Amino acid sequence: MKLIKRFFQAIVAHLDIPLFLIVLALMGIGLLTVFSATSSDGFEKLDKQFINMAVSGAIMLLVARTPPQTLMRFAVPLYVTGVVLLLGVALFGIVVNGSRRWLSLGFVRIQPSEIMKIAMPLMLAWYFHKHESLLKARHFIIAAAILMVPILFILKQPDLGTSLLIGASGFFVIFFAGLPWKVMFGLAAAGGAAMPVLWSMMHDYQQRRVMTLLDPTSDPLGAGYHIIQSTIAIGSGGGLGKGYLNGSQTHLEFIPEKHTDFIFAVFSEEWGLLGNGVLLVLFTLLIARGLMIAAGAPTLFSRLLAAAITLVFFIYAFVNMGMVSGILPVVGVPLPFISYGGTALVTLMLGIGILMSIQTHRMLVKK
Amino acid sequence: MSDFYHSEQDSDRFRHRLLVAGAGVLLAFLLLFGRFFYLQIVQHEYYTTRAESNRISLVPIMPNRGNIVDRNGIILARNYSAFTLEITPSKTLGLEETIDGLAEIVEIQLKDRRRFKRLLEESKNFESIPIRTRLTDREVARFAAHRYRFPGVEVKARLFRQYPEGTMAAHAIGYISRINAKEKEAIEESGHGANYKGTDHIGKIGLEEHYEYELHGTAGHEQVEVDAGGRAVRVLSQTPPKPGNNLTLTLDSKLQKIAEQAFGGRRGSLTAIDPSSGAILALVSSPAFDPNLFVDGIRFDDWDELNNHPDKPLLNRAIYSTFPPGSTFKPLMALGALTSGKRTPGQAIADPGYFNFGNRRFMDDKVGGHGMVDMHKSIVVSCNTYYYVLANDMGIDTIARFMGDLGLGKKTGIDIPGEATGILPSQEWKQQRFKKREQQKWYAGETISVGIGQGYNAYSTLHMSHALANVLNYGKVFRPHLVNTITNPNTGEVRTIESEPVRQIALKTEHVDLIKRAMAGVVKEGTGARAFAGAAYESGGKTGTAQVFSLKGGKYVAGQVRERLRDHSWYVAFAPVDQPKIVVAVMVENGGFGAQSAAPIARQVFDYYLTGQIPGGPAPETEAPEDASDGPLVEENAHEAD
Repeated sequence: MKLIKRFFQAIVAHLDIPLFLIVLALMGIGLLTVFSATSSDGFEKLDKQFINMAVSGAIMLLVARTPPQTLMRFAVPLYVTGVVLLLGVALFGIVVNGSRRWLSLGFVRIQPSEIMKIAMPLMLAWYFHKHESLLKARHFIIAAAILMVPILFILKQPDLGTSLLIGASGFFVIFFAGLPWKVMFGLAAAGGAAMPVLWSMMHDYQQRRVMTLLDPTSDPLGAGYHIIQSTIAIGSGGGLGKGYLNGSQTHLEFIPEKHTDFIFAVFSEEWGLLGNGVLLVLFTLLIARGLMIAAGAPTLFSRLLAAAITLVFFIYAFVNMGMVSGILPVVGVPLPFISYGGTALVTLMLGIGILMSIQTHRMLVKK
Repeated sequence: MSDFYHSEQDSDRFRHRLLVAGAGVLLAFLLLFGRFFYLQIVQHEYYTTRAESNRISLVPIMPNRGNIVDRNGIILARNYSAFTLEITPSKTLGLEETIDGLAEIVEIQLKDRRRFKRLLEESKNFESIPIRTRLTDREVARFAAHRYRFPGVEVKARLFRQYPEGTMAAHAIGYISRINAKEKEAIEESGHGANYKGTDHIGKIGLEEHYEYELHGTAGHEQVEVDAGGRAVRVLSQTPPKPGNNLTLTLDSKLQKIAEQAFGGRRGSLTAIDPSSGAILALVSSPAFDPNLFVDGIRFDDWDELNNHPDKPLLNRAIYSTFPPGSTFKPLMALGALTSGKRTPGQAIADPGYFNFGNRRFMDDKVGGHGMVDMHKSIVVSCNTYYYVLANDMGIDTIARFMGDLGLGKKTGIDIPGEATGILPSQEWKQQRFKKREQQKWYAGETISVGIGQGYNAYSTLHMSHALANVLNYGKVFRPHLVNTITNPNTGEVRTIESEPVRQIALKTEHVDLIKRAMAGVVKEGTGARAFAGAAYESGGKTGTAQVFSLKGGKYVAGQVRERLRDHSWYVAFAPVDQPKIVVAVMVENGGFGAQSAAPIARQVFDYYLTGQIPGGPAPETEAPEDASDGPLVEENAHEAD
């Protein structure tokens, strides 16, 4: 009895209760929606997603117990391993659906870009932390180089969604490290000027995606089909939705990839604007809590890491909902904690674990 | 200490940036919420409509096509349900592989593949196309067991058109076949497009074509919920189809059958009309074809055989093939003479055996002539000279006006498509017919040939029977028709077609009676006597011969001419003489003299219709009587004496 109590205390000790409750609520919505999206195939996907959640939950607990100083030690090896694996993908990768994203290790296939999602903010936060007292322009330039190497690899695969997420995570670290506004505006202006060049460098399918975003009706049966059907689902959901398991767009298979990237259309059709509002509030709370943790973090490393990870959650949610509702191009980004899929969930819960670790080890550092 | 200060400053800047980030997040989420509000509240109705039209699909249900029965209720066209194996090409994994796989389970012959290929070219990829029709129960069961192997393949119960009597009256009934692109356009233009959404067959000829919109019925529809793949998930509502109207014909199929058999495969046609109503009792075009061949897409070799056969079985001779009527024209000429006042019944001519006109001599068929010939005798002995003189006296335009009144040279208005106009020669006709000036002029000598039913004259058996019926009716004209009543199976309402005469020709009773008596005389003692020897009723008739070509300066001997060069044999008749119940016009192509081939056919038809006697076989060909041959002989060489 005492043993159980101690075990329980050990778990709770490094749990951030507000964050935990928010994630739990999101996951609950996720399970409900995954079931609605896959109910025609029975409980198989629901069971799998439940296991995914349990496993990633355990990983979260493990990471939450790990002090930030220990996490910092993983920064360089993880980053280097990631870059090496990306190089491996470029040389020996397996092509699936026209993209070279996977690396076969004989017994298992891995997607190294997924590792980078965590490795990148970790690495940059470590780098700035190391040079904390004397940050100069060159440190920002080196940071930019650390960011760009893996991103170029991933863009080459090509995987626009992932490079966007990793790029964002790295940029947020640099931003919070104090990149001057002047430089940012300058870069933004230069970026705007470079748009045509960038456009010409994009792959055909990426250009098409941007074009169909601007005018989905131009290709109603091809690339525009996804956006048209998902906006129909959202719009027909109305204020209060069609009711759980009653979405006709969902259950008559009009929504493509309805349990993964387009799951938001399923949720939105059945729960309406009210449901969307609740979801937005939950994400806002999640991000607010993350930013609070960052604000209270004692070291530069933990501050930068917490803030960057939190904003990555935001990017995930914003890009996904934006693309499904037709205001952003279709890039392969899942809706955090809602979309079906183990890999993304593990990455996300790693991030939550890191946030909890930073929050719960704060006092220990002060002492 | 400066480090600490530095750190404080950093920390402030960090908090500041956190606030900026938080504000950015809120702004972005507000933007999203705005987008959701726009889609779900402002545009909600629009997207609801879009979602509903995604979800709901209207599936037309084909109505049952109306049946066709003869006057005694014998079924001539009906529907039966049978299983077909159908493929939707867009849903298969591979068309060739699918068909090869199916061939292992059910019998698929080369002709089935050919037909499928042809239908495939004509239709869209997502339409379901039959690969096999009329599956047996065993084949259906076998396919059901292997169904999972064949996505896009379905067994469907479909209604098929069937003509149980086969070739009988095929030209009159017609057939249905798959709708082609041109017909689809015509349907759309006529405003029937919506009603034909689920229909893939349409009447092509005959009654099936003429009464298409009566027979078709009203399509029903099912509102079904469909998924993104177009599969029906469930039925939301249903409007049942309304079956098409049934046609009851005036045709007597027993009479029709006897008339067809009487031809014994010879080429020709027969039209039998009830003169009191214009009702068509039999409409024969020989040889015939089996309309059932067309129903599920005719096989290529069948089509080839029918289309290229020298006897042209697809041709509806009764309404389309026109020939000079020969001597069958004479009774009508005689009536024209009486009506126009050019002759009185007693007026007689002395027939020397020829008629000289200009420098041409028109010969009678009897060497030395018939002696004194009055009107009655002119018909009974079929005296050419009488009509040479008469035609010359009447002039072409008087003849044309009277014959046109009787209904010759124009469409009769029969209720099947494809009727020929025929040729009623006149000065005006010739002007329109020919382009060159010198050809447009009418020569008086041409009138003389017209007087004995030769020359430019060309009519179908329908024309001749119609004209004779109008005469026997004392000028009352009924539109010839095959459909008696149209019954609406939904309401039980029955519509009768044509019971009122459409117009009246000014004819005198005594004139008509004289013609009737004279035609009775033909049967009693003239050219019809042999064919009608021993008949239990009194009938009237007139033989005729349409020249295939004219022999110069010699007597025409049928037996010595190759079969295709023999003259065409005509016979027009009615019975009984007092109260005519039936009028027939018979035409046997290359049948020789009228009395030889055509009259015996009319005999069998009358025998059955009036006494119920069923003949033992095809009508015999009687020997051409030595002197009574009624063929015209026109000597075209110059006559020195004139």
